[in-house]
Amino acid sequence: MGTGWASQHNAAWRSTAVTVGTSILAVTIALLAGAVFIAVSGHDPIESYRALWNGAFGSRRAVGETLAASVPYIFGGLSFAIAYRAGMFNIGIEGQMVMGGLAAGLFAGWDLGLPAVVYVPTSMALALLAGGLWGSIAGVLKAATGAHEVITTIMLNYLAFRLLSFTVLETDKHLPVDPQLQATHMAPPEARLPIILSGTRLHAGLIVGILAAILLWYLLFRTTFGYNVRTVGLSRGAAAYAGIRWGSTVVAAMFVSGGMAGLGGGSETIGLLGQQYNSPQGYGFTSIAVGLVGRNHPIGVIAAALVFGVLRSGSNAMQNQVGTSREIVLVLQGLVILAIAGLAASGRIKAWWARRRRTTMPTDEFSNTIGVEPGVTPEL
Amino acid sequence: MDGIIDFFDLNLFKAVLRMATPLVFAAMGGLLSERSGIMNIALEGLMLSGAFAAVVGTYYLHNPWWGLLVALIVGGLTALIHAFWSIGLRSDQIVTGTAINLLAAGTTVFLIQRIWAQSGRTPTVQKLPDVAAQVNVLVPIAFLCVPIVYFFLKSSKLGLRVMACGEHPQAAESVGINVSLLRYGMVMMSGVFAAAAGAFLTIGSLGLFTRDMTAGRGFIALAAVIFGNWMPFGTLAACILFAGAQAFQIQAQTKGIGISADLLLALPYVLTIIAIAGVVRGSRAPAGLGQHPTPN
Repeated sequence: MGTGWASQHNAAWRSTAVTVGTSILAVTIALLAGAVFIAVSGHDPIESYRALWNGAFGSRRAVGETLAASVPYIFGGLSFAIAYRAGMFNIGIEGQMVMGGLAAGLFAGWDLGLPAVVYVPTSMALALLAGGLWGSIAGVLKAATGAHEVITTIMLNYLAFRLLSFTVLETDKHLPVDPQLQATHMAPPEARLPIILSGTRLHAGLIVGILAAILLWYLLFRTTFGYNVRTVGLSRGAAAYAGIRWGSTVVAAMFVSGGMAGLGGGSETIGLLGQQYNSPQGYGFTSIAVGLVGRNHPIGVIAAALVFGVLRSGSNAMQNQVGTSREIVLVLQGLVILAIAGLAASGRIKAWWARRRRTTMPTDEFSNTIGVEPGVTPEL
Repeated sequence: MDGIIDFFDLNLFKAVLRMATPLVFAAMGGLLSERSGIMNIALEGLMLSGAFAAVVGTYYLHNPWWGLLVALIVGGLTALIHAFWSIGLRSDQIVTGTAINLLAAGTTVFLIQRIWAQSGRTPTVQKLPDVAAQVNVLVPIAFLCVPIVYFFLKSSKLGLRVMACGEHPQAAESVGINVSLLRYGMVMMSGVFAAAAGAFLTIGSLGLFTRDMTAGRGFIALAAVIFGNWMPFGTLAACILFAGAQAFQIQAQTKGIGISADLLLALPYVLTIIAIAGVVRGSRAPAGLGQHPTPN
């Protein structure tokens, strides 16, 4: 008793519980700190949060909006997660979303007269490809030259914005764009992701996002590729020792990461909006928070994306009814990241303190403290 | 030929100086932080908080110089959050930087609503004086910061210690340098410099604050540090390149020259990627960037 499979199984469950608990704790801390922030600025925090909650769930339409608001965060969070698992910090999600959205927007805007069963999947596939290729540039640069991905992806973001602007301002009518409106042509109905909750703007991008999360979970935890990605992310040295090729794994992970972001851009373009405008959507940085709160686990990302979707969709109602500025949502995102990072540190400090006192720690306890590290879960 | 001479007029020169100013300030801050070994993608948020604090300070104290002082203090204190999490708690420095950027973007707009019951922009406040037509006093100060940072790092005892922290924190610690303390100082200085950059945008140029008005300049400044190979004068040259492309594009539009603005604006980003990829000389980061002096 207490040895072998059963205890390992228990330990795995315990570490999962700790991981999930940490995220919940971080969100709670952020909400409490946010409440203090709201109170200090002269609003009623309870009234504000109540208005936010009602704004997010108060009606069928509100629920649809909330779920629709979560969709880009699911893709963005997945994008961040897979890159982080491979040891890459993808700050280029914004640009990869732009590339995906532009690809889908142009293809759909051409109005090729294809049936919906062909048109929609092809548009989304192009979005995935465009985002994936854009993301893998950073992977190739990292693998070939060691260029830090944080800087290359930031530069690639601005390049993507310029490319977007250049494309939608094209005046020679070679492309399906409207330079006056600064957008791609409106996609015809058969090129749009269908509405899945009538009377709302909730589109099938949600289903695509959930499917993508399940696929990504399988890829990460049930395939050799996923094993390689996680090994590379934990230790480049260990990966080399195990005969895993670091460079190609990083490039492939960045392709998948960019592809997820690309799908996110595509689903906004042919789902929510119908066209790609000359302005990035601004989901890139929030996606980082989503990935971190979701502990870079595909299923966790879905949960985190819903939380951020609630905040975004409820914040307008809060501003209108109580007068609390909806920018509090950005503050909450920043706070939640600091809380996650701080809780990770508390695990490290505990481990350090334990070593200092020269007490031997039960292995279980120690694995828990590792489980608090962002992006590193003990289940390899 | 007249066209070419027309194009490169005094206005273009001044525009380059104006556009380089916030980049130079922020990049010098980023340089100090990175040279001490702490990655700083929070420059964008630090700049934004400085820009906002300058307006608030000027609004309440009725003097833009006091406003500038308020901005510098707020910038330093905001950077203290980044420093505490990065150095004290040893969090991922990119993660922390991202949090600062989100916090600054949210807090500034939130406070505009709170203070002036306006959404997204503040009222106009008094600006710092100009030293010449369309050249604010902060412009020459920014460029003066470059040799100061250069001599600080190359010739002062403190500066050499800072570089030791960035190159080999373990070795620096072993010879008795207080690595954490110096890093706290340099990260806070990066906040002060970034705040000066932000203050230039508000009380040195526009006269008011609008939401997200830094528009990525903090990231560009960071790119300039890397393009400039973590050297003060190299960084200055990179800032001028970025500003030049922007000014050139605006000039081209005013003079009605048919160059795609987007392609012109994309050029510095492409060059930066090439530079980071190491095609241009050996671009080399401080060896101890992101490392800590002792395990755990």
